[in-house]
Amino acid sequence: MSPDFLFFLEIIVSGLMAGVMYSLVALGFVLIFKASGIFNFAQGVLCLFAALALYDFIAPGGWVDRWFGFTLPVWLGIIMTAGVMVIVAWLIERLVLRYLVNQAPIILFMATIGLAYVLEGMGDILFGSDVKPLDIGLPQGASDYMLDTFGLYVEKLEIVAAFVAAALVAVLAVFFQKTRIGRALRAVADDHQAALSVGISLRTIWVIVWSVAGIVAMVAGIMWGSKSGVQFSLSLIALKALPVLILGGFTSVPGAIIGGLIIGVGEKLAEIYVGPLFGGAIENWFAYMLALAFLLVRPQGLFGEKIIERV
Amino acid sequence: MHENKPIGDVMLSVDNISLSFGGVHALENISFNIREHEIRAIIGPNGAGKSSMLNVINGFYHPQEGTITYKGQTRKQMKPHEAARTGIARTFQNIALFKGMSTLDNIMTGRNTMMKKGVFWQALHLGPALNEELEHREFVENIIDFLEIEHIRKTPVGRLPYGLQKRVELGRALAAQPELLLLDEPMAGMNLEEKEDMCRFILDVNDEFGTTIALIEHDMGVVMDISDRVVVLDYGKKIGDGTPDEVRANQDVIDAYLGVSH
Repeated sequence: MSPDFLFFLEIIVSGLMAGVMYSLVALGFVLIFKASGIFNFAQGVLCLFAALALYDFIAPGGWVDRWFGFTLPVWLGIIMTAGVMVIVAWLIERLVLRYLVNQAPIILFMATIGLAYVLEGMGDILFGSDVKPLDIGLPQGASDYMLDTFGLYVEKLEIVAAFVAAALVAVLAVFFQKTRIGRALRAVADDHQAALSVGISLRTIWVIVWSVAGIVAMVAGIMWGSKSGVQFSLSLIALKALPVLILGGFTSVPGAIIGGLIIGVGEKLAEIYVGPLFGGAIENWFAYMLALAFLLVRPQGLFGEKIIERV
Repeated sequence: MHENKPIGDVMLSVDNISLSFGGVHALENISFNIREHEIRAIIGPNGAGKSSMLNVINGFYHPQEGTITYKGQTRKQMKPHEAARTGIARTFQNIALFKGMSTLDNIMTGRNTMMKKGVFWQALHLGPALNEELEHREFVENIIDFLEIEHIRKTPVGRLPYGLQKRVELGRALAAQPELLLLDEPMAGMNLEEKEDMCRFILDVNDEFGTTIALIEHDMGVVMDISDRVVVLDYGKKIGDGTPDEVRANQDVIDAYLGVSH
């Protein structure tokens, strides 16, 4: 293979891998949007919150270490963090959503903005605001196999992330399509009144949705935390998920994955081949331009449900 | 047909129910009861408070005054999902189906209150949850056969014609194996053939499963033919109650329907 082509391939692969990381974040948004029609602005902060909590369970110098003088094993830390996310979900239903039943989506959206700030502040108070390295024993560095066989530089961590994302999507797809609770979630999203009439309790469903979204946020938080440390900028990756969602469609789980991959690859390609024309650093805004262009052509995204309203 | 099911004791009774929205009195001091295995119709001109009455019974509206006694338990108000759990199922005047979901999935949601396996098994879609799912699926297939809608099993209900949507909605209510079935204008907007089909299903449900049915209907011919007893509302007040023949002969009812100069 010629060096040029190899270089091109390497850009594609690294773009795909970065895309997987975006997809992980976008998944959490899709879940809540699918089940309740809310765009959850607080999703990024949930990622941060989960990563912070996990850090304090397992890392030397974290809460558990300081209070009890030992750290939890990683698997136990993850289960405990999942528990924390369920409690957070329960609190969100109890303190916020319960009072907003039947309100317009924009009101719920505003509520999640408030929620984002509250959670961020709470994270700051509870866990402190310094950058924390999160090490849960995921492999680091370049994959020797990929380097030796194909001559490609690929981070091991990103390969793990790809498998994690695939597993997550498979579980979520089955959960949504094949189980009673998945069906109840879709039912609630479709029609509150009808859902009540068949005996679905809105409150329970909301706690479940937010718990699932919290756990997905935890997975994203762990992967991002392992990659670049747990820090407050983590909550801003939510903004990176936005173009992913516009591309993939707000209601589609596969869409979140494909959208993430397209954004990841597009960003890298644009940076390398178009960037020099603009003096570089277009990686930061290219995704938003792409999303904007997409909105003009296909507002429902690649896989989203087309909403036709009679006017 | 349904006469051979003996009509039993009082299953549900509403006593002195009053409901108002601000200054509008939707229901004033309404009392009546529904007996086991009967078909009970609630009729009245537009705006009489029929749908409000149904909404009170299944807990969407909470009346300011009065009590509801259901299966021996007296309460001031119901919660909708509790009503569903205690065996009350309903359909809606304006069809409230889950439009993006298939006929099968819609009817499966009706089994919701009966499926008990925990979130954990559900998430894994394994073991007990899978068996449970299959069991309920079988029940739902029977309902689909009963309502003769096999051909639209996998179709998203949003795409179905109105008459079929009404039938799917009935199917979802039946999936819950209700003891009391509330039907809000099951035949509104249907053509003659669809009406006849729906009549047949209602009578069959009552006959074969012994389900108690309370229905609201505009079509007088239908109401008088299929119901055992009829309660008549007008401007939120009860003006008649009895067998179809008694109601037909009631002067207040005739006035309300034909209009009378005061």
